[in-house]
Amino acid sequence: MDGPMIEARNLEKRFTVRRHREGAFGAMRSLVDRGGNEVSAVKDVSFSINRGEMVGYIGPNGAGKSTTIKMLTGILVPSSGEATVAGFTPRESRKQLAQQIGVVFGQRTQLWWDLALADSLELLRHMYRVPEKRFRENLNRARELLVLDDFMHTPVRQLSLGQRMRGDLAAALLHDPKILYLDEPTIGLDIVAKARIREFLAALNRETHVTVLLTTHDLADIEQLCRRIIVIDRGQVVYDGELGALRNRFGGKRHVILDFDQDPGDAISTLAGNNLEIVDHNGPRVRVAFDRETTSTPRVLALASHHGTVRDVSIEEPAIEDVIRQMYEGPDSQHP
Amino acid sequence: MRIYFELALRAFRQLFAYQAAMLAGIFTNSVFGVMLSAVYLALFDSHSDGTSVEGFSARETVTYVWIGQALIAPVMIWGWWEIIKTIRTGAIVTDMLKPLSFFGFWLSRDLGRAVGHLLLRGVPTLIIGALFYDLVYPGTPGRWIAFLVSIPFAVIVSFCFRFMMNLWGFWVLDHRGIAGIATVIVGVASGHLLPIAWYPDALRDVFNMLPFRAIVMLPVEIWLGQAGIVEGLGLQVFWILVMTAAAHWLQSVAERKVVVQGG
Ligand SMILES: Nc1ncnc2c1ncn2[C@@H]1O[C@H](COP(=O)(O)OP(=O)(O)O)[C@@H](O)[C@H]1O
Ligand SMILES: [Mg+2]
Repeated sequence: MDGPMIEARNLEKRFTVRRHREGAFGAMRSLVDRGGNEVSAVKDVSFSINRGEMVGYIGPNGAGKSTTIKMLTGILVPSSGEATVAGFTPRESRKQLAQQIGVVFGQRTQLWWDLALADSLELLRHMYRVPEKRFRENLNRARELLVLDDFMHTPVRQLSLGQRMRGDLAAALLHDPKILYLDEPTIGLDIVAKARIREFLAALNRETHVTVLLTTHDLADIEQLCRRIIVIDRGQVVYDGELGALRNRFGGKRHVILDFDQDPGDAISTLAGNNLEIVDHNGPRVRVAFDRETTSTPRVLALASHHGTVRDVSIEEPAIEDVIRQMYEGPDSQHP
Repeated sequence: MRIYFELALRAFRQLFAYQAAMLAGIFTNSVFGVMLSAVYLALFDSHSDGTSVEGFSARETVTYVWIGQALIAPVMIWGWWEIIKTIRTGAIVTDMLKPLSFFGFWLSRDLGRAVGHLLLRGVPTLIIGALFYDLVYPGTPGRWIAFLVSIPFAVIVSFCFRFMMNLWGFWVLDHRGIAGIATVIVGVASGHLLPIAWYPDALRDVFNMLPFRAIVMLPVEIWLGQAGIVEGLGLQVFWILVMTAAAHWLQSVAERKVVVQGG
């Protein structure tokens, strides 16, 4: 297929929030009343994602991430704008599109609570008409990489969150989807479970070139999996590009930790002013922050050498959390 | 098509996990069967012997009571709001992500459930009625078969109505208003509360023109021989066609304005 795998063109979604009515008459009136206030969950979102890309879709709570994904699956109809996904218009071809995509919503499950995981997967095999051989292959890969065997025959309601999520991932991939939407797939998981899921996704993307759109609050997910991120805030895209470039653009300061062989004393404070600031001074250890556009690490080292012998240096990139927070709050952001 | 069978099968099997609920249900239906039978028999007794009321003899009325009690669970005439629940919890999101007919997804599961309820609750309830009362039975094998066929038909009509009531939830977040009204309409117009023939003429004529009689009254009439096999089943088929068409229409309208809860 030519062209991008996922394309969003000026997607907008407004919701009508109904007034709550009290009492019996309220219930009766709510039968016919359709009034209410409009809120824009997604205001204007455009992007284009190619086959095999793994893109992080991030933004604060309520920014419109899930709403965007729902529009890209066809379960929500945009108020305006258009989407093309795997060659389909989601709103018109929800069922055909369903055959091409896998979806995991971290807060929900597509498995059946009352069925054992194995039985749920079997039911999905029929649902997606996956040929027996293909089903075995995909199931075996998932069982191995996601380590499902311990709980294949446990009813889904008894699975831990991490086990359920692994089951859901296996379920989303049974029918070899071209696209995988992951909406907070690591939410609430412990570190081990998160790591296992990240490894699985990285391997999957390498081997099958599945296109992945990933929403998460854990930016470590993004750092380990995605080269490209799209940042959305209040329904609008505020950044679309490489993760590395984001650091440069929205800076955040780089921190250098200097370990002198002895305490450089108060004199070190004269360092400040050369486009850098001293964040912390504790005995021989001094933490310096500077803007990467105006100063470089060698220059900091050169300046520091006037104050003593630097025994060790370590550099800390700005935490991606800080970069993004700065983006929402900083002067560059697009809202007051 | 296989998937719809698999869905039905699992819904059927699932019921076997709730044995205590089944026993409680049989008990309740039987208690009502006994009470209603006692009331009707007392009323008929106060008439002179051999009377029939609008085509129902005492025996036929008691038979009607027990069939009605046996059908309660399979046709699920009391509130069923499973779809609304998924709208509220947001689980509908994952259901709509499946490459299936939404209508077929729910109907197949409801049919599986209905077969389970028929075997686990309907049949035992009717057997209890047959043990303690002198019931009337379908005279011919053809009538037995017609009655058995009329039950899934009744379930489908009932399902279509419940499905449409639930889809209302796409517009209204609080279904209690609809629920109260729907329960009364189905209870009365299906013939569950009283045989439709017993209502005043005007009301009876209205109920005879509504789909609800296909849910309880027609199976009873087929059992008792009051309705011809072809006419009875034919009328059910007619209502199935009308109701599934209506359900699909409402579904397409609802889908166009799908609003699912956040998450
Ligand atoms: N069905 C809905 N009705 C009304 N408002 C909604 C609905 N779904 C989402 N919203 C609102 O739209 C905004 C975006 O929600 P969402 O897409 O879930 O954000 P995110 O996934 O980025 O946290 C939020 O303010 C949310 O309250
Ligand atoms: Mg969300």
